[in-house]
Amino acid sequence: MTAVLRVENLRIGFGAGTVVDGISFEVRRGECLALVGESGSGKSVTARTLVGLTGDGATVRADALTFDGRDLTRLRERDWRAIRGGRIGFVLQDALVSLDPLRRVGKEIDEVLAAHTPLSRRARAERIAELLAQVGVPEPGLRARQLPHELSGGLRQRALIATAIAGEPELIIADEPTTALDVTVQAQVLDLLAKLKSEDRSLLIISHDLAVVSRLADRVAVMKDGRIVEQGPVHQVLRAPAHDYTRSLLAAIPAEHTKGTRLSGTPAPPGERRPPGDVVIRVDAVTKSFRGPDGVARQAVRDVSFTLRAAETVGIVGESGSGKTTTARIALGLTEPDSGSVQVGGQAWSEVTGRDRRALRRSVQVVYQDPLASFDPRYTVAKVLDEALAVAAVPRERRRDRAVELLELVGLDARHLPRRPLQLSGGQRQRVAVARALAPRPAVIVCDEPVSALDVSVQAQVLDLLDDVQRRTGVAYLFISHDLGVVHHACDRVLVMKDGQVVEQGPVETVFTSPEHPYTRELIAAIPRLTAA
Amino acid sequence: MNRVLRLIGWRLLAGAGVLWGAATLSFLVIQFTPGDPAQAIVGGENAAPTPEVIAQVTREYGLDRPWYEQYLSHLGRVLHGDLGTSYRLHEPVTQAIGEQAGATVELALAAAVVALTLSVAVALATARRRRWVRGAASGAELLVASTPSFWLGILLLTVFSFGLRILPATGSHGFRSLILPAFALALPIAGVLGHVLREALEEVLEEPFIVSARTRGLADLTVRLRHALRHALTPLVTMSGYWVGALLGGAVITETLFTRQGIGRLLISAVDAKDLPVVLGVVLLSAGIYVLVNLVVDLLYLVIDPRLREVPAAAGRVVEGAA
Repeated sequence: MTAVLRVENLRIGFGAGTVVDGISFEVRRGECLALVGESGSGKSVTARTLVGLTGDGATVRADALTFDGRDLTRLRERDWRAIRGGRIGFVLQDALVSLDPLRRVGKEIDEVLAAHTPLSRRARAERIAELLAQVGVPEPGLRARQLPHELSGGLRQRALIATAIAGEPELIIADEPTTALDVTVQAQVLDLLAKLKSEDRSLLIISHDLAVVSRLADRVAVMKDGRIVEQGPVHQVLRAPAHDYTRSLLAAIPAEHTKGTRLSGTPAPPGERRPPGDVVIRVDAVTKSFRGPDGVARQAVRDVSFTLRAAETVGIVGESGSGKTTTARIALGLTEPDSGSVQVGGQAWSEVTGRDRRALRRSVQVVYQDPLASFDPRYTVAKVLDEALAVAAVPRERRRDRAVELLELVGLDARHLPRRPLQLSGGQRQRVAVARALAPRPAVIVCDEPVSALDVSVQAQVLDLLDDVQRRTGVAYLFISHDLGVVHHACDRVLVMKDGQVVEQGPVETVFTSPEHPYTRELIAAIPRLTAA
Repeated sequence: MNRVLRLIGWRLLAGAGVLWGAATLSFLVIQFTPGDPAQAIVGGENAAPTPEVIAQVTREYGLDRPWYEQYLSHLGRVLHGDLGTSYRLHEPVTQAIGEQAGATVELALAAAVVALTLSVAVALATARRRRWVRGAASGAELLVASTPSFWLGILLLTVFSFGLRILPATGSHGFRSLILPAFALALPIAGVLGHVLREALEEVLEEPFIVSARTRGLADLTVRLRHALRHALTPLVTMSGYWVGALLGGAVITETLFTRQGIGRLLISAVDAKDLPVVLGVVLLSAGIYVLVNLVVDLLYLVIDPRLREVPAAAGRVVEGAA
């Protein structure tokens, strides 16, 4: 097979810093190469460099950088324009922000056709519908006239892919094409990309997710700190990784087989896991409707019941809009259910007001997806914890000692007290969020997508941390996630939600190995697994 | 579309409220201004009318009736478009304003076009360019924005009329006489708008959908015009209260400086002569213009951002694909 794209000793720097440090790879005709790495590995900047959009102030050097035999380092802006969209298609992650929110979807595709094909206006309109149909968008004529936000996540991503293939490029570069999508939608988009590959196009996939990549790629290149540490056929790299980093990446992916083991390679704290204790939260037949802007009430949560015991982790899985977060907010006492009740430690939210309600609030804490957004950026860690401890009625003179205790509980120490959120890494921020949640010695911590924004190695550390904290304190977790691998790894029991209802619940092992509800089966079938394609 | 009609309806209703407020306020001002209105009507402080004349005027203008009757008939007159009679010009206020409005509208529109064109062009050309380009544009904007328009006007006059002698210094007839006042009025506004617009553009140009558009092979100018500008216009529209105010307020000074006809000069001479009906008529007119501008602004938002035309986006409204 001939190489469509050949990269030899590519170096990219911004100012004095080097972000890509001498990488070499090639993409052959009809092949899919995956560039895998965590944030900061230089994979996205590499992808952008391949279409000449590295960014302001970048210096790009390479011994060879050729596309279809042409030297890309010598192109002028005008030459680039013919290549972008026309010969190399580019799909960015999350079409909600990658499609112009003020323009109709069809217009975005039209733009490519107008730039790269000689088609007349009328012929372009037909072609737009054809392209949308080709990527599996139903009612393409109607969808072309809609705005991005009117489409579901999956349809948006398909429309974005349609813009990338409209110019009939030989090579498609996709940067995290499925990251923002629900698992079943992700599976559909991966199938679509696989279909495009089978039409003799070449594909370069950029991803942090080895499991996603294994479904699609022929070959994988693993990037770390601007270098490719390992490169080879998918089955070889995944089954017999040669480099330590690849091995640790693979080991860090939470899934069925990792249950009860450590993900981050650190030793477990001494002591057995505690058996589940008393019931700490009892949710009984809660229902909640929201009136939509069209005036029609829509049930966000329907007749949901479950219990959570001390030292137990209960997961709620479901796709976006399934009612996971509303259920969590009802459990937290932040949203009043229309009917049904929630008891925390035997007390119902509906029966307490004022001071008692605030006291009850302390026993249910929350950790959110994005700790950066849930901290005041001007607060130091010391101030964040001091505030939480003050609310928990810890006397002023005891607070500093207690803050250090909390930090040690989450694997940090007193040196982190003067730092601000931006001076911490993503993993450290999430540790501080856990420490803050632990400040009032809660019985329950609601974890709302606690690891979704993290790289897999950091995710592994945080999942291990949550396990340590549970062993030490006996706190119960209500664990909300769209990632079934994470839920399988971290939870004792699981609720599967769809359209506001719990369609299935039970011990994780039972639900995952012998799912009863068809929706659960569909979800589990869609989980990307680390099996070589 | 229902939403649009409802919005227009509400806006008009609110606008009527604002105008009623302005009419009431103007009535109160007349009522509580020290001195006898009849005295002002017959010629101001320096006139020495006989008591019979005063009594006649008082009866004629209904000044002897109770305040609520006067208030209602005042509102009734305003409703019929009768803003009273100028004390000084002895002609209906509507007529006095009508004669002068054309020149002011001409000046304000010309200045608006100049300000918008300049600010959009400069912002498009300089957003996210080299540091010195942005610095130079930003500095120039700051300079003109902080220069008082009368000073700028004098500067323009000195250079183009007295120095180069290519444009007339005064008058309000013809296109050539419009150029200098329009620029004097527009430049400070353009400075502020340009600054806001460039900030907005620079923010938009960082968005992923801009990168996406570039990966389709669009030229930089196309990306800026087709994708970025529309997003950046929103803050400009939001500021329209500021720049319409600046246009109206600036017109008063500019008209005086360039000895042009117009509402501004009418207003100044009316204030000088304590010609209350004219002053209040201009106040009412300004209120009306603000109401109108606000309505247009709300409709402009809908034109710029089609997402606002429907029911606000909500999870329940997302069209799920059956795939």
